[in-house]
Amino acid sequence: MQRHLISAADLSRDDAVLILDTAEEMARVADRPIKKLPTLRGRTVVNLFFEDSTRTRISFEAAEKRLSADVINFSAKGSSVSKGESLKDTAQTLEAMGVDAVVIRHGASGAPYRLANSGWIDAAVINAGDGTHQHPTQALLDAFTMRRRLVGRDAGLGRDLAGRRITLVGDVLHSRVARSNVDLLHTLGAEVTLVAPPTLVPVGVGSWPCEISYDLDSVLPKSDAVMMLRVQRERMNAAFFPTEREYSRRYGLDADRMARMPGDAIVMHPGPMVRGMEITAEVADSERCTAVEQVANGVSIRMAVLYLLLGGNEPAVTHTRTEEK
Amino acid sequence: MSKTLIRGAQVLGGEPQDVLIEDGTVAQVGTGLSAEGAEVVEAAGKVLLPGLVDLHTHLREPGREDSETVLTGTRAAASGGYTAVFAMANTFPVADTAGVVEQVYRLGQEHGYCDVQPVGAVTVGLEGRKLAELGAMHESAAGVTVFSDDGKCVDDAVIMRRALEYVKAFGGVVAQHAQEPRLTEGAQMNEGVVSAELGLGGWPAVAEESVIARDVLLAEHVGSRVHICHLSTAGSVEIVRWAKSRGIDVTAEVTPHHLLLTDELVRTYDPVYKVNPPLRTERDVRALREALADGTIDIVATDHAPHPHEDKDCEWAAAAMGMVGLETALSVVQETMVDTGLLTWAQVAERMSFKPAEIGRASGHGRPVSAGEPANLTLVDTAYRGPVDPAGFASRSRNTPYRGRALPGRVTHTWLRGKATLVDGKLT
Repeated sequence: MQRHLISAADLSRDDAVLILDTAEEMARVADRPIKKLPTLRGRTVVNLFFEDSTRTRISFEAAEKRLSADVINFSAKGSSVSKGESLKDTAQTLEAMGVDAVVIRHGASGAPYRLANSGWIDAAVINAGDGTHQHPTQALLDAFTMRRRLVGRDAGLGRDLAGRRITLVGDVLHSRVARSNVDLLHTLGAEVTLVAPPTLVPVGVGSWPCEISYDLDSVLPKSDAVMMLRVQRERMNAAFFPTEREYSRRYGLDADRMARMPGDAIVMHPGPMVRGMEITAEVADSERCTAVEQVANGVSIRMAVLYLLLGGNEPAVTHTRTEEK
Repeated sequence: MSKTLIRGAQVLGGEPQDVLIEDGTVAQVGTGLSAEGAEVVEAAGKVLLPGLVDLHTHLREPGREDSETVLTGTRAAASGGYTAVFAMANTFPVADTAGVVEQVYRLGQEHGYCDVQPVGAVTVGLEGRKLAELGAMHESAAGVTVFSDDGKCVDDAVIMRRALEYVKAFGGVVAQHAQEPRLTEGAQMNEGVVSAELGLGGWPAVAEESVIARDVLLAEHVGSRVHICHLSTAGSVEIVRWAKSRGIDVTAEVTPHHLLLTDELVRTYDPVYKVNPPLRTERDVRALREALADGTIDIVATDHAPHPHEDKDCEWAAAAMGMVGLETALSVVQETMVDTGLLTWAQVAERMSFKPAEIGRASGHGRPVSAGEPANLTLVDTAYRGPVDPAGFASRSRNTPYRGRALPGRVTHTWLRGKATLVDGKLT
């Protein structure tokens, strides 16, 4: 494992499988009456959020607390930290306080990379989403969810997603979730297809290890998992698509479309969902939709990442799989 | 008066010759010239060029003296072998009146390191709506002939047309910063493979090319000359080549950094590589070098853009655009064009001195190294090769993309009208 987690593209197949396997162990902690491990006792983790994201922040915080880390939440939103100088100053202030890891969410693509590589601080840096660049723990929790559902909770251990057909639908252009998922799913051996109107696919996407389609209906029957990306209504005003209604009609997932998917295929969403836009309530609330499961898995994945980056070599969890039998 | 004998220099890269400077003028060029009463500069193995002329410099004064002043900028220019620089108009206040351009001009004269030829804004406040008093700036003591809203594009076709027409009355030229504003909203880097991966807003080549295409057609229609600033794409080269083949009076410049660096460097997210227009692809770099070699691109201009450290020591999106260039330009041109066999030193003199002086009507600059001409000269140790050390820069700013990179060539002497401004690599 590397010292930082900046991009899903930095993970080898073995790194990624190790994180997923470790997350399965962490998940078992959540099934215990006392959901806590002593692994990071005495270590300090700061959640440095320059952009609002209650979900992601809470997920990291839960993971940190379950590992017994001391947690500092720093919400930079609203203070005068939009200037880069302050990113450096803020980081160095935290460093001076002796933090061991910085979980950073930032609106500017590359901010976590800069933090990790500019010599400003020594702490481990975990990217909790940067601009339209990367959100590696999201991709990991998505892969974790897919492996559980498509390969199996126990059967999946040690395995990747070879041959699974994964489709991502929506605003690829502005999506760090899409970028991270394409990188990670490719590393894990999955076959990835991106579906979006051409306006919402970046120029230069041709070099990505995935297929591109503009036609959702033709891709659905060949998908083991379909991940719907959030589409912001404001995009309509910048002429990315004509109207919300037309977007939904062409790229939204409703029950009729879901019926075209293979019987055991799942529907995923990184949240927050825009019901009625990219997904109908009927689909969102169906058995096949894993949105809530993804949230639960997020905590396990973040525990695994924190443990592997900070915890070192000791086993995180003492019990073994046989206990579950 | 003072006499200086430059002994054994390869004038414009040719056979060794002696050059005698007397009273600010080149008195004699020949072999075995008498050194009597003259200070001798031994120049064996070095190349003597006409003083370089930069058609595109940001000196930042007035308004941003924290990044550069006329003094520090002209000292940087002298260090880089320049004897004349054109100072862009995007200062605070904007150089859109006779008063501002005269101030900048006079500061250059007072300091005496390098002639400063102010560029006048095309429109009031660089806002693109109303023509600035172009004639008044021309008639001022600064004698402005080059007009540009550089930093911003004159995107209104009617304003551009009028400006092109209007400056014909006094032989002026409009230098266009070609950037279609709507296509580049939020743009952070070249739009392509790398921007797609990095998730940074794209600055598409078409945003430059479409404006150049429009402007060469406008220039043709109204019979004016037009100059294209910092051309950066292979497509722009094709358009300028086509325009020249039609007889349109267009000239174009390329920066040293666009001849050497590509957008792959942005993968570091280090804002020292953030510049406008952005670093492009390897294919563009090749096309730009070929175009500079075949004359489609007329000149090299630095787009020297100093910024204080804090504006670059931050995340990419928050960083300022631009790189300093005066002190490394000739080295980068040697690296990319001379050492690759694309240009001779005589052709470098053409593209970095004669032609920019001609486009900007800088009298006394860009003259041949021959008897009777003003002694604006630059002596280069072309055998030198070493790492760039920003700590040694004369510029107030250090935002160079070449820190630590080994580059060839070192300017050892610069003379401005016979007065040495740089001796053995040290400013006087």
